[in-house]
Amino acid sequence: MEVLLAIVIGILFACGLYMMMRRSIVKLVIGLALLGHAANLVIFVAGGLRRGAPPLVPTGADAPPELVADPLPQALVLTAIVISFGVVAFTLVLVKRTWQAVGNDDIDLMRATDT
Amino acid sequence: MSSLALILPLLIPLATAGVGILAWRSRRLQRAIGLIGSVVLVIASVWLFVLVREEGIQSLQIANWQAPFGITLVGDLLSVALVLATAVMGVCVIVYSFGSVDRARESFFYYPLMHVLLMGINGAFLTGDLFNLYVWFEVMLISSFVLLALGGERAQLEGALKYVTLNLASSVIFLTGIGVVYGVAGTLNFADLALKLSAFEEQGIVTTLSMILFITFGVKAAIFPLFFWLPASYHTPPAAVSAIFAGMLTKVGVYALIRVFTLIFNQDISYTHTLILVVAGFTMVTGVLGAAAQHEFRRILSFHIISQIGYMIMGLGLMVSGNPAAVRLAIAGAFFYIIHNIVAKSNLFLISGVANKLRGSYELSRLGGLYASNPALSLLFLISAFALAGVPPLSGFFGKLMLVRAGLEAEAYVIVAVALGVGLLTLFSMTKIWAEAFWKPAPDESDDESAGESPGKAAVRQPGMALMMAPIIFLAVLAVALGVFFEPVYNFSIDMADQILDPRAYIEAVLPPEYIEQVRGGVK
Repeated sequence: MEVLLAIVIGILFACGLYMMMRRSIVKLVIGLALLGHAANLVIFVAGGLRRGAPPLVPTGADAPPELVADPLPQALVLTAIVISFGVVAFTLVLVKRTWQAVGNDDIDLMRATDT
Repeated sequence: MSSLALILPLLIPLATAGVGILAWRSRRLQRAIGLIGSVVLVIASVWLFVLVREEGIQSLQIANWQAPFGITLVGDLLSVALVLATAVMGVCVIVYSFGSVDRARESFFYYPLMHVLLMGINGAFLTGDLFNLYVWFEVMLISSFVLLALGGERAQLEGALKYVTLNLASSVIFLTGIGVVYGVAGTLNFADLALKLSAFEEQGIVTTLSMILFITFGVKAAIFPLFFWLPASYHTPPAAVSAIFAGMLTKVGVYALIRVFTLIFNQDISYTHTLILVVAGFTMVTGVLGAAAQHEFRRILSFHIISQIGYMIMGLGLMVSGNPAAVRLAIAGAFFYIIHNIVAKSNLFLISGVANKLRGSYELSRLGGLYASNPALSLLFLISAFALAGVPPLSGFFGKLMLVRAGLEAEAYVIVAVALGVGLLTLFSMTKIWAEAFWKPAPDESDDESAGESPGKAAVRQPGMALMMAPIIFLAVLAVALGVFFEPVYNFSIDMADQILDPRAYIEAVLPPEYIEQVRGGVK
């Protein structure tokens, strides 16, 4: 399972970077979103893919009775997904406004601020 | 009580932003709320500062989840001093904005956004957890994205697009790094990481992790060769926004580097910190050379941010020497340089905004004659510019002195030579701005179609000019005071360096003693 996910992550990173290298700013956003997904999966895999009981402590006990799955990576990924959702939404609006201001989606034409 | 002091620098900006959004109908009300919030933030930061100075490192376990399982807020001397600096800059920039930011931006939640930005910065300084640091980075980034793009001018949007892309890419690297760190160490708490990684068997993996985080924080701090987003975007928004960005945002990256590379990744110093030192040299040189090629007020200043970041990183890199006295002085110097740079650099951006308001341009070729029409402004510029270049007795001189002394004691002569040479080139750039914008006669604009009304002395009495000048005067006085009353600041810097270089106090302030025993015992 880890190997499969590792390959998926690699593909996601590759696709994301490829899209970011394109000249269209819309593809840039898609690339950024793909990179975000890849990073989330890295956390998920790095936390360990184990089958285990839900991490619940029964009433009266101090620790869960058996080996449990680690809930933290999922909490981290959830937070990261929410954040990347907001960021991608903002980037989409930014791209639309930029397209309106520049009149083109070619990133090569956006050199007014280059140094 | 200490828990309240630690969380107030986050709650106050949050509450201010929330109330400010509710008051969206009235610009006057928004301004009042923004100002009151920032002043209260200064008071809270002073309280926290005094508390930590007197009683040592403070920590707060959010919702009583004991570290390393919960989120921890930690205030040590380094972080609370930076929180205080953030709060002071917040007041300065908000007062300056009253006189300079246009109606449309103010109506579109300019002040609430500024407070969210302050909250993100404070959160990044106070958190004691790697993932929480990521969250605060994002809070800071999102608000800075909006502040940068607010107004929707073409240059702003183009700059914002580059800024957003590169910062998001760095966030992805950060997130990946967090995942791997968690996979390796099983924890993300700074103190716990420091405990566990120092005893970790495969130090090669630890060094690899440190490099992932080095790249992430390097992008935020704008070090060589990861700085390209900075000069592409910092000169596009209004001067007030540029000033707070220039003062605080890159410093958050530098802070994160200092925190991580003193507390957690101090195992393979000869590799990691040598790299930092080399990068510091390149950062200084490329920044200052980039500035020499520019002819726009704020672009020159933007490149100088990069070269100044090099000095701060140099202090961190000098840890490689292993000579305790030199290392202590180097870290203290880096800290002093951060504080000095926040003051001097922000002030130069604020002054560029005044020049723009008087003459309607940031281009040096179209500026001129400001000394003849505004001698007071010129004097304030000179103070800040000389402080930046390191002319005694201003603040920058002592910052450079500490770093150079530390470099000599560490026998790192190459980096010392680079630092001194770059200081000279900084003076060259500042002289260029002085000669072009202030000294040379105002360009004859009679053939220029934009010369409708002749600017000049009348412009000084423009509405809002007093509000713009007040923070500039305050910051210039601060730059002088940091130099003239150097000794207390120096003593503080040395105390801070001692605290930073001995991570035990930090670990013991965060983790319960039984837990530390358990981890240390488990290692043996």
